[in-house]
Amino acid sequence: MGTENTSYVQFKDIQKSYDGETLVIKGLNLDVACGEFLTLLGPSGSGKTTCLMMLAGFETATHGEIILDSQAINNVPPHHRDIGMVFQNYALFPHMTVAENLAFPLQVRKIEKTEITRRVQNALEMVQLGQFGNRMPGQLSGGQQQRVAVARALVFEPKLVLMDEPLGALDKQLREQMQYEIKHLHEQLGITIVYVTHDQTEALTMSNRIAVFNDGVIQQLAPPDVLYEKPENAFVAQFIGENNRLLGTLTETTDDTSCSVRLDSGEVIKALPINIGKTGDRSQISLRPERVFINTTAENCTNQVRGAVEELIYHGDHIRARINVCGHDDFIVKVPNSASHSLMQTGESVTLGWQVEDCRALDDLA
Amino acid sequence: MDRTQRIVSARIGRVFIYALLIFTALLYLAPLYVMIVTSLKDIEEIRSGNLLLFPLKPSLYAWQKAWSSACTGSECDGLAPFFWNSLRIVVPAVAISTFIGSINGYVFSKWQFKGSNYLFGALLLGCFIPFQVILLPMAKLLAVLGLANTVTGLVLVHIIYGIAFTTLFFRNYYIGIPTELVNAAKLDGAGFIKIYKLIFLPLSKPIFVVTIIWQFTQIWNDFLFGVVYSGSGTQPITVALNNLVNTSVGGKEYNVDMAAAIIAALPTLLVYFFAGKYFIKGLTAGAVKG
Repeated sequence: MGTENTSYVQFKDIQKSYDGETLVIKGLNLDVACGEFLTLLGPSGSGKTTCLMMLAGFETATHGEIILDSQAINNVPPHHRDIGMVFQNYALFPHMTVAENLAFPLQVRKIEKTEITRRVQNALEMVQLGQFGNRMPGQLSGGQQQRVAVARALVFEPKLVLMDEPLGALDKQLREQMQYEIKHLHEQLGITIVYVTHDQTEALTMSNRIAVFNDGVIQQLAPPDVLYEKPENAFVAQFIGENNRLLGTLTETTDDTSCSVRLDSGEVIKALPINIGKTGDRSQISLRPERVFINTTAENCTNQVRGAVEELIYHGDHIRARINVCGHDDFIVKVPNSASHSLMQTGESVTLGWQVEDCRALDDLA
Repeated sequence: MDRTQRIVSARIGRVFIYALLIFTALLYLAPLYVMIVTSLKDIEEIRSGNLLLFPLKPSLYAWQKAWSSACTGSECDGLAPFFWNSLRIVVPAVAISTFIGSINGYVFSKWQFKGSNYLFGALLLGCFIPFQVILLPMAKLLAVLGLANTVTGLVLVHIIYGIAFTTLFFRNYYIGIPTELVNAAKLDGAGFIKIYKLIFLPLSKPIFVVTIIWQFTQIWNDFLFGVVYSGSGTQPITVALNNLVNTSVGGKEYNVDMAAAIIAALPTLLVYFFAGKYFIKGLTAGAVKG
């Protein structure tokens, strides 16, 4: 596929309220491109599942318009939307065999019998379950059941596939394996997928773009690397990956590439101005643990502070150091486990350094 | 206490339990036994002999008479015509009330609408309304509909009265079927009827068995509606049994009475005998895992 249709699915100014008073989705605008893998990521209660349910047709939008393939679908019932969906608990029909489960969407669409048999077999082979057509769902493992569920969502070649935390019920190893399988299916078939999860690793691994939800609003919509490297506000910085935060007050904005923040403990840090107010406003400095240098390696850094090592945790390929810095005792540094790094000791005083472009001045959440 | 002592006391406990269970079972079966042996004796033997003794010359005379020639009031055709009456009432009433209950339960559990919970609550009230309360309004309704004293009228009464129970049974069963299954079926392209036919109906066997047994027993054993709403030719077997026992031409024929009572109770007895285990299974069946 890979057409230029960047607005295959559109949420236009969507609002949703369950009780008529509080909005759980607040003026949502979102475009999904044809063939894209888009993930809605957020904590529980952030509105991501509500969005998916509106797309599926199980919930109605209080305001706004949802468009699929240039057609408004607000008033189209779920069974006429031509959308496939994978549910967290598989939702296989327990009284039908695997093959019958897969045939179900084709049967209700009155597709010819020989064609059904062919498509069911194809779908089974696609998810590596070619021999399992005659089993009952109850005779399969969780991972196999979820594969069947994926195959059922794809078998009728829907316009769009929705996945609602599909790997939530699987154990860690199986979950990772399935992440790659689903990703590969997406690449092979070029289908458009909207995926809901609260697991950020899953989102980062699988998606073309991720929409981070909080409090009914998309906080940032970006490809995984941008989301991780360039969070636009404190919530995203905090929610995606590990993040060190230092709180202070904005004292000076030099230009687009630099500003100064006086930390509550007195030090002045030069940071990249991203989401700040005017001089005198509170700000949060956000900094990834792997972007902090220690002792000799910190010598060339613009920002340098002293800290005391509180705790060292051995992780094999790296060492996690918890350091008391500028009045924050939860400052984490990931030190690569290479010969050039002398081992630190708990209680030792160290110099930490980082570059201006690695620390981002954001809004103050607290 | 040493090992052998413990084994001995456990055995004594066991023997006691079995003795108690057997005694209770015999106690409960005694009336049935008396009915059966009495129905096989002739009237002389009943008058002279012991109630519990086995018949000296077992005969099916009483059964034949009860079935085909005993008098129930002015007619003397036995219970047979009334047995068929009952069957003509029970079969459609059970089938229709069970089916409606199933659809109602499906709607109340998976297709809820504004106020559906209140409606369900109101429907449940029907389970607690005593028979006597609806006698007069129902008689009026049947008269208006032109169904007074007809089998159809009785069927209608039993359907209406049964819907509250059947709806409750099915609704509570269906609530255990994950809504995700319904949603999955919807996205697969199935609507209200297809989801019912292809998903819910095949998953409902246990609760159908329970509901059918329940409704069959209730309607077959009903006396009050039967005596109030039936005409002379449309009486159910319970009413006929009462008439048969109360009609005395000459002396009282206990053997015929007993045979008649067993005939009247036989269908429900058989239903329990053959489907009883499904009844227990259905009542205790947990949610269907999706």
